This record gives sequence, C-alpha cells and structure tokens, in this order.
Amino acid sequence: MRENIHRFFRAARGAGVHVSPAESIDAMRAVAQVGLSDRTILRDALLLTLAKSQDEKLALGDCFDLFFSQPELRQDQSESDTHDCSHDADQSSPSGASSEAGESQPSEGLGPLAQMLLSQDRNAVAAAIASAAGTASLSDIRYSTQRGIFSSRILDAMGLQRLRDDLDELTATNPALAERLRDALDALREAVRDTVSQGLALYAREEAENLRNDILRNAPLARIERRQVAEMRALIRQIARRLRERYSKTRKRQRRGHLDVRRTIRRNAAWGGVPFLTAWKRKHRDRPRIVAICDVSGSVAQVSDFFLLLIHSLHEVVDDVHSFAFSSHLIEVSEILEKKSPEEAMAEIMSKVGFGSSDYGSSLVDFEKDFMSTLTPRTTVIVLGDARSNNLDPRADILRRISERSKRLVWLNPEGRLAWGFGDSEMPRYATFCSVVRQCATAQQLERAVSDIVATYQ
Amino acid sequence: MAEQKPSTAIEAVESGLAAQGYIASRQIATAVYLSQQIEKPILVEGPAGVGKTELAKAIAAWRGMKMIRLQCYEGLDEAKALYEWKYAKQLLYTQILKDKLGEVLGGAQTLHAALSRLHDFGDVFFSKEFVEPRPLLQALEQPGGCVLLIDEIDKSDAEFESLLLEILSDFQVTIPELGTVSAVTPPTVILTSNSERDLGDALKRRCLHLHIGFPEQRLEERIVESRVPGISQTLRRQMVGFIHEIRSLDLKKLPSVSETIDWARVLVLLQASELDTEIVKDTLNVLLKYEADIEAASPQITTFIAKAARSNVFG
Repeated sequence: MRENIHRFFRAARGAGVHVSPAESIDAMRAVAQVGLSDRTILRDALLLTLAKSQDEKLALGDCFDLFFSQPELRQDQSESDTHDCSHDADQSSPSGASSEAGESQPSEGLGPLAQMLLSQDRNAVAAAIASAAGTASLSDIRYSTQRGIFSSRILDAMGLQRLRDDLDELTATNPALAERLRDALDALREAVRDTVSQGLALYAREEAENLRNDILRNAPLARIERRQVAEMRALIRQIARRLRERYSKTRKRQRRGHLDVRRTIRRNAAWGGVPFLTAWKRKHRDRPRIVAICDVSGSVAQVSDFFLLLIHSLHEVVDDVHSFAFSSHLIEVSEILEKKSPEEAMAEIMSKVGFGSSDYGSSLVDFEKDFMSTLTPRTTVIVLGDARSNNLDPRADILRRISERSKRLVWLNPEGRLAWGFGDSEMPRYATFCSVVRQCATAQQLERAVSDIVATYQ
Repeated sequence: MAEQKPSTAIEAVESGLAAQGYIASRQIATAVYLSQQIEKPILVEGPAGVGKTELAKAIAAWRGMKMIRLQCYEGLDEAKALYEWKYAKQLLYTQILKDKLGEVLGGAQTLHAALSRLHDFGDVFFSKEFVEPRPLLQALEQPGGCVLLIDEIDKSDAEFESLLLEILSDFQVTIPELGTVSAVTPPTVILTSNSERDLGDALKRRCLHLHIGFPEQRLEERIVESRVPGISQTLRRQMVGFIHEIRSLDLKKLPSVSETIDWARVLVLLQASELDTEIVKDTLNVLLKYEADIEAASPQITTFIAKAARSNVFG
C-alpha cells in the first residue's frame, strides 16, 4: 500500500498538483494517522495535505477517484466474469469432466502466463498486469502516441514470448486448448490496453495540457480556429493572473537614508520628542495608466479582442484603462468592456465600429478631437494595429502630438517586421514617434509586451 | 487517544464541535483531527461568513483552551504581532535607577572602568520584564496550550507571511536580544483567508489546506437548528431551500451561513410560520447586502418559494 501511495503522488503530479518531497512526507504522516481502512477519510486526508488551492483540490479529488477506483472495478468485473465462467464450466462439465484428467496434463508443460490464463484466475491476472506495468514504468508515459509501446512492453514483461511458443506448440497438439488460450490472450491484450489508457489519463494529463498550451501560446492569434477561442481566453486569463501576481505587490518602496522629520516627531511625541522610533521617507510608485487604441478592422480584430481582454483583467495592477476601438472612426469602449462579458462586449464593439476598412487618419482625428484630455504625462499609450490605412492620409502629425503628451507610446503590430512599409503599411512613418514598436502576433508576444509596459512603472 | 480508531476519533471531533454549536462537515472534522495529530496549522479558505472564524472559537471552547486572536491588516508588523520593547518602562526605570547607577559607577576612576562595570550588570534593560508580548508570543507562552487564530491573513503584507513561517513550522520565535523562545505547549493554529490575494507557497506548504464552501442543504438545516432552536421544522426547510435557490443566481455577494442564521432569527422574531412573498420581500435586506442584488433577486422570489416548497415534499 505504501507503494501505491507513492504512485499516487506521481499521479498527483501528473494532474498538475505540485507535490514536493516535504509535502509527501506530511501526507505519509497523515496517512499513517488515519489509516487506510476508510477511503473517504483517506481521501480527505490526502486532499488536506497535498492540495493548496480549491482548483488543486478538485483536480486531486478526480485523480484520487480515478486512481483508487480502478482495482475495485476490475474486481467487480472479475467477479461477474467468474460467474460467467462458472456458468460455462457448468455447461461444459458433462463433456469437460471426462476430459479434465486428459486436459490437465498438457498444461503442465506450459509457461506461467499460459497457465494463469487457462486457470481463469482473474485476480492473479490483474495482479500480474499491475506488476508488469510497474516493471515497464507505466508512470513515465507522457503522450498518447506512446500507448502502443507501453502496451507491448507490459505484455513482454508478462512473458508474451513464452506464451507464443506455447500457442504454436498447442496448435499442433491440442487445437481446442489453443483456441481457448488465444481467446484469453485477446482478452488480456484488451485489459492491458485499458490499463495503459488509464495510466495515460493519470500520469500524462499535465504534460499533454502543457504541450497544448505551448502550441497555443505560439499560434498566431489572428488565424486561430473558432473552437480554440475559448481555450485561448482561458490562456489569456492565466497570463493575466500571472502578471497580476508579479506586479501587484511592491507598491511602496522604502527609500532608506531620507528621514521623514515630520512623521518622526509626531510618532515620538510620547517620549518628549526623543526619537526612539524613526520614520523614513517612502517613495510611492505610480500604477500604470493606460490608454489603448485598438484597430478592430477585419485583419486585426481577433488580436485586439485578446489584447483588450488581457488589459481589462489587470485591475489590480493597472490603475485606470481607457480603451478605444476604431476601424473607420473611433469610439471609447471602456464601459462596454467593464460591464459585459468578454463575448458580449466584443460583439457589441464589432457591431458599432467593426468590419469597416480601416482609416487611421480619420480615427486619429476623432481621438484628438474628443479624447486628447485622457492623456497625462504619466500615461502609456498603446496602439494596436497593422498600420494599413488603405492609402489614406495617415496623419502622423497627430500621433506626434499624442506621443508628446504622454509618457510612452507603444505600437504593437500583429504583422511581421518584414511586411512593415510594404503595400499600404504606414508603419515606418508612425514608428518615428513611438517609444517602442514591436511585433505582437501570439499570446506569448502579447504577454511580453504587456509585461514590459507594466514593468516600466515598477 | 492513540489507540482509538481514526474514524471514531473524527466522529468524536464532530460531536465535540457540535456540542459547542458548530456543526462541522466530515472534512472539517478530519482537518481538525489531523492538525492535532501531526501538529500542523490549518489554513482555512472560503467565502466570507461560512464560519471560518467560528471554527477556531468552537475548537477553543471544546478543548477548554484560551483563544488568542490576531487580526491581520495591511501594515501589520513585528511590533504589533510578535513583541515590542516597553520603551516607556525602560525610560522610566533608568530615570528612577539613576542614583543607584551613580553608586555603582561611583567607584570607577576612568570611563573604561565604568563601562566594564556596566557590562557586569548584564542586559538588565533588555530582559524578559521589558518585553511586551503580542499575540504570537503570548500564544507560545501559554502553559496549557491555546488556539491561535490568525484572522484574514490575506489582508496582511507579503513580508508578514515570512515572519509567520518560523512559528508555523517549529512553534518558536527568535528575538535577537533574548534568543529563541519555543512554545511551552504547541498551540493549535488556525489561519483564515478570503483569497483576496494568493498566499505564498512557503506558507501554504506548512499548513493543512481546508476549503469551507457553502454547506449542503441538510448540513445547513442542522446548522440553523443548532443556532436558532426556536424555528419550526417546515420553516427551516423552506428558508434553507430558498437560500440555496438564491445562491444559484449571479450576485455580487452570495448569502452565506451567517446570513442564513441572521435571517432565521429575523423570521422567528417576526413569528413567521412559513415563507410567503410578502415577508421575504420585507426581509430580503438581511440576506442580500447590495441594492443591485436585491433588485436582481426580487422578481424571482415567488418562483423560488414555490421551488423550495416543492423540494420539501420530496426531500
């Protein structure tokens, strides 16, 4: 059982619960206290010691159920199977009884696996599969493509080679018995396949998820498939959480060496002004103020969507965000994004300004006319767009004025650097007035860009 | 105790807490039992008002121990949580002992000699008498053990967490001037958190993690029964059923157990025998704390009452 608990720790790691050696020691101590007799108590005890958040608890609970339900299931199966077998035996007993003495002899010469299969001892077979899975180190399985190799490894470990020889021999000497053995072998293959699938579900879940997320992070946002949008949203939320954790702390930093005279005197009034306690000046850091201007015309809409979602889920880090969306003209969308769910908000924005051909010049004119006052010397302005203005006047002079009024101007372009300046792209002209211009086509690039912007305020 | 079977021991915890008016689920009881057995703190998370703080109180009452409570807030530091030197007393004593000090130093010819005499004194002014123990140190000094409740740890700064690590894992604190103070009897430590921010892994690692969510209907009925004995069975069922329906709505603040109990008290005070639309409308402000929430729930009241009544028939 101790062995089983250790295997469970590995399964827990597979399910994405981080089990450190110290935690496994604690868990073992807890298990030693509560014993193994009562499964619900064991489950509670493991959940209490290993899981560190509600999400982990759910994952670990599922993992526990999967891990410990298996042996029982198999016993049930084997029970029903043995019932069936006994029926079979009853039916075949008239003929079998006479031939039994004759049949028992050839099985003498057979290998252990063949004997085990013929004896129909399901429990022994199950135990043999489990131990063979151990020697084949099934817990190392990571990808679904490895199923075949692990199945054959387990079968080899159980002595498939010997069984094949036995089968060849029996086909010649005792065809009826060979038939039975072949059926049993098929059943065994199936059982092993199930074991491997279960192992995959137990040990490889996190790896598979990591792989999928990794691919998703580096996929171009603009060309993402519809079915992946929900997954992408989840990923963006994850990124937002990571950024929040990294940047929501360290607001106050002590500036040692500068005595805050006023606060020191006030604090020490009780001791007649003798400065027992000193107070030091603190430097308050600004939270980022962001003005985001996003192109939502066809080519860039998807990227803008994810960008707005990310920026607006950074409440703890970012003090205030004003978002504007444009294709041919520009509107403020902060309120829509605050009040509605991401899907609804995006649909509404698209219905208001989306789907037009983009006109950067007139959108910038709109911005200067109505919203120039949102800019302060502490604001970072982020423009997200491909700078393709359909050969209309780019009005780069307005961008220059925006740049002069704000702390920084960052341009994120979903297109690759190679495409800038070709066709109707006005990127080089705009780039002159930007503090930073960077490509931003994948979730990973999005995370880096936003992270850098926030980091300048720390 | 050690020979007792764990399942019976856990039941003993359950009934012990129940005697103090705290109806614990099996998980809570297991956590309390384990924390006692392997001497680890419990970190309790969950929404506001599900009885995280009550749990600590109930454990203290059940074991007959003193409860020491440390309420966390932003800016809480060592001096307020652990210990502080009694500056005023130190100052006062030096003033009073001035003459005595003069006597002691009187014979000394040189400054050097006086200094070495002073050294012979030892650190009189930095001894135990001048330490003002704050909750954490108090908890370690209780001879009979105690229940230490560190409430709303998520409100404190990240630095304060690090300060707690030594206490949580080894039940000791180090005071530079005095050395290490170990616990006389290891206290039972309960930390509560509303998940306002994520706690550090180091802190989580040292604790048993217990999540208390909204209770199941049966459990909540039992909780109401033990807290508000005057309420009739039908009304109790109806109101708990109603609250479970309310919790399925998307509200700013869902009503939790404390609100259920308050509402039960209000209904008893108003001598209601069963729920009807009128009385629910009048008392909805006990359950819901935001105007927007009340507005969102109001149109549903009649259907919810009907649903709650129906589930009674089958339940």
